Amino acid sequence: MADQTQMDPARLAASQPVANVTDWRRIISGFTLVMLAAIVLFLLDAPWDSVSTFRISRPRDTWAVGNLVVPSQLINTLAAIILAFLGTRLFLRGGGRWTGLSLGVGLIILAMAFLVWATAGKAISLTGMLQATVVRAVPIALAALGGILCERVAVINIAIEGMLLAGAFAGALFGSLMGGWAGIICAMLTGGVFGLLLAVLVITYRVDQIIAGVVINLFVLGLTSYVSSQVFAEFRWLNKATPFRAFKIPVLGDIPLIGPVLFNQNLFVYGALIMVTLSTYYLFYTRMGLRARAVGEHPRAADTLGIDVIKTRYAHVIAAGMVAGFGGAWFTLGSVGRFDENMTFGRGFIGLAAMIFGRWHPLGALAAALVFGFADSLQQKLSILNTPIPSEFLSMAPYIATIVVVAGLVGRARPPAAIGKAYTKD
Amino acid sequence: MNIELRGISKRFGSVQANRNISLDIRASEVLGLLGENGAGKSTLMNVLSGLYQPDSGDILIDGTPVRFDGPGDSIAAGIGMVHQHFMLVPVFSVVENVILGVEPTGSADFLDLAAARDQVQAINARYGMDVPSDVLIEDLPVGIQQRVEILKVLFRSADVLILDEPTAVLTPQEVEAFFGIVRALRDAGKAIVFITHKLHEIIEIADKVSVLRQGEIVGGGVPSEFSEADLAEMMVGRPVSFSVGRGTATPGEDVLDLRDVTLVDASLEVRLHQIAMSVRAGEIVGIAGVQGNGQTELVEAITGLAPVASGQVMFAGTDITASSVRQRHCMGIAHIPEDRQKSGMVSAFTVAENMVLNSYYDDSVARGVQIDWHRAEEQAAAACLKFDVRTPSVFLDAGGLSGGNQQKMVVARELERGVRLVVASQPTRGVDVGSIEFIHKQLVACRDAGNAVLIISSELDEILDLSDRIYVMYEGQITAEFDNSSSQADRGAIGLAMAGANRTAAA
Repeated sequence: MADQTQMDPARLAASQPVANVTDWRRIISGFTLVMLAAIVLFLLDAPWDSVSTFRISRPRDTWAVGNLVVPSQLINTLAAIILAFLGTRLFLRGGGRWTGLSLGVGLIILAMAFLVWATAGKAISLTGMLQATVVRAVPIALAALGGILCERVAVINIAIEGMLLAGAFAGALFGSLMGGWAGIICAMLTGGVFGLLLAVLVITYRVDQIIAGVVINLFVLGLTSYVSSQVFAEFRWLNKATPFRAFKIPVLGDIPLIGPVLFNQNLFVYGALIMVTLSTYYLFYTRMGLRARAVGEHPRAADTLGIDVIKTRYAHVIAAGMVAGFGGAWFTLGSVGRFDENMTFGRGFIGLAAMIFGRWHPLGALAAALVFGFADSLQQKLSILNTPIPSEFLSMAPYIATIVVVAGLVGRARPPAAIGKAYTKD
Repeated sequence: MNIELRGISKRFGSVQANRNISLDIRASEVLGLLGENGAGKSTLMNVLSGLYQPDSGDILIDGTPVRFDGPGDSIAAGIGMVHQHFMLVPVFSVVENVILGVEPTGSADFLDLAAARDQVQAINARYGMDVPSDVLIEDLPVGIQQRVEILKVLFRSADVLILDEPTAVLTPQEVEAFFGIVRALRDAGKAIVFITHKLHEIIEIADKVSVLRQGEIVGGGVPSEFSEADLAEMMVGRPVSFSVGRGTATPGEDVLDLRDVTLVDASLEVRLHQIAMSVRAGEIVGIAGVQGNGQTELVEAITGLAPVASGQVMFAGTDITASSVRQRHCMGIAHIPEDRQKSGMVSAFTVAENMVLNSYYDDSVARGVQIDWHRAEEQAAAACLKFDVRTPSVFLDAGGLSGGNQQKMVVARELERGVRLVVASQPTRGVDVGSIEFIHKQLVACRDAGNAVLIISSELDEILDLSDRIYVMYEGQITAEFDNSSSQADRGAIGLAMAGANRTAAA
């Protein structure tokens, strides 16, 4: 019999806790929070006697509610204390899931403190700001939704930006020719056509997904810019659609704050909310959704079970194009009715960031889109409030929010496992 | 349900994977399909499961010819395949994986998970499989994942189960439990095809055996009428010696010495925990363990591919914890990587180019910033001869060689320089029997020349054949050490340690 040396049991038993490992994410987050506390305390200070006024209702509303008035400096001192507490806590104990949560809460507090400071001694319409937040979140949320539909079946969709732009263009052109509804339908069809193009390139011909996406973006940008500068400049009636107006949903629309924000909006806001709800149900509660996710995680497994990987991918990429086309129509039919060169301005890419931030979940992406929408509307309101910060800097707000959110808050988000890989049988 | 394969042939390019194969698969019977890697077993079964269409030949179910155009057809006909590489979605739960493709639904395509869970649990209970329903696959041990694969097949009410190398990833104890399930299935009237290259498994579990070599059936019958040596000879085509014939070791000084090495991955999870081990000159040390218990990380720590969080790596008395991969290389550490395709070679490079991957910078082939290709090719040709790498020319792409020749090329490259320590990870994975014998002999010769050899393998037989000492790894720790120099260590005890018995006892 060969002899066995048993390892020292005391040594094995003692070996449970993790050895001195540095969690840099925790430390950087803690440091960031303490820095934010210092910023709030020293840079965002207001006279002790000043108050910030947030208007909620307009005088002729059905159910009017009084204004929200807060002492500016007291609130911001409190905010700084909470930030400092959160940061110190991360240094001393935190880690794990508290890191992301603390940082998220910290950023919300920072945004509030910033708002209170900017309105010190002035008044701002809170309802108007939230309304603008929702409106501006719409194209981002729809872009993110398009991204999710693609990436859940493992196709990277960088072309979302181009699809938005194509949708905006088609919305303006066909909206001018045949009216708003036809404009929306044509915008979705156009998006779908570019979805089909992407699908053919990356699924059938297995072109690198990033390259195919970039090519589509450049193609759409070039084409729409050419037509708008050469043709629309000449024939202005081709680029003069009637945008959709907001319509109030009875009763619900009269609720203070919530009513105007959610139930007195235009078609695109309602459409986006419905699409987000439907796709959540589809992806996570239906048979087809389960199959689609399987195709994105382990296409070979799906194939061995008789699920058609290629067809599933085609269907989702085309559907994603249509969602993005609808989102694109927001830029023209949902706001000004006119197409301008490159008017989507990178919203498609921010949508992809929202997708990652929202962890490839439609509701998460909607929440992320609202964060970006808020940054966007903050910039707009603050330039009116006449703060000492230059407006160029303020217009960077949405992009800074993107960087902070994607780099700091997302942490270990996990994309579908097969992402970016073309499927072949052998 | 009985299935008959008649004259199945399948060709991929210039390779005839299956040639005129006929098989009888019967209900209540385990048919063992024995063959080496690359003998055509998997191709044959992929034909049966509808993934490939045969070039010629027929499949008959209960006497009626059928045609499968895709996996869906064969599933519908009652044939279920458990693949060697599991076809499970890691982030789905057990139930979601089992029902995928045949989901019970309510109105509006609603996924009826509650009904599915009941059905899965019923099958579970019937065959004593004991699989939880709502745990994610990635959180389950490999042995249980395999049962999920079987559940999947049974959920589709399959009457024929094809098990492709099912024991490759299991510990000896898990294999026993698995055989229990296979017998229960057979007794319930299922037909089972058991594909393997392990002879003792055929003798233990199969009612009938067919042996496949180079795409053809070369023999078969009732396993009890054959000895292991007979089956091996049939499988390989010539007499095979199983023992490596290694003499007694004469260990010298410590060459490699790990002192409480801890390694942490990018997501801050501990992969190696306070590993303390040594390899002496003139000794082969084997690391046994189920895949994924820290073996890969151990190799990375020794070769310098990953930084360690704490502890020291000592090589011949010097602390090399902070040394680069190149420095360690130059000191005489050779590394045969676990996955030759991924990290052992460049498929698109020629054999000669692959041979200089670890020496292109030193005096043997480099002349300033240039490589002396003439010399490199001469050296490569000589090494090919010495290490039995069968290639028509060293100018051919390495990717075109067979698995065995690729592996021998990697071994040749690593051992052809002055080495003092060889770290061989899965040195014979996916390699034919002839090459296995050859590589084993080379490793033993390396030991006899006074070098230290560390072998990491998930094949326990390989570890037992070659090692003078054996460590068992479990969840990133070394949980047991066995002496294997004069007589063979206790297989059962090692198996228990691989399953984590020691650790549970200690904690």
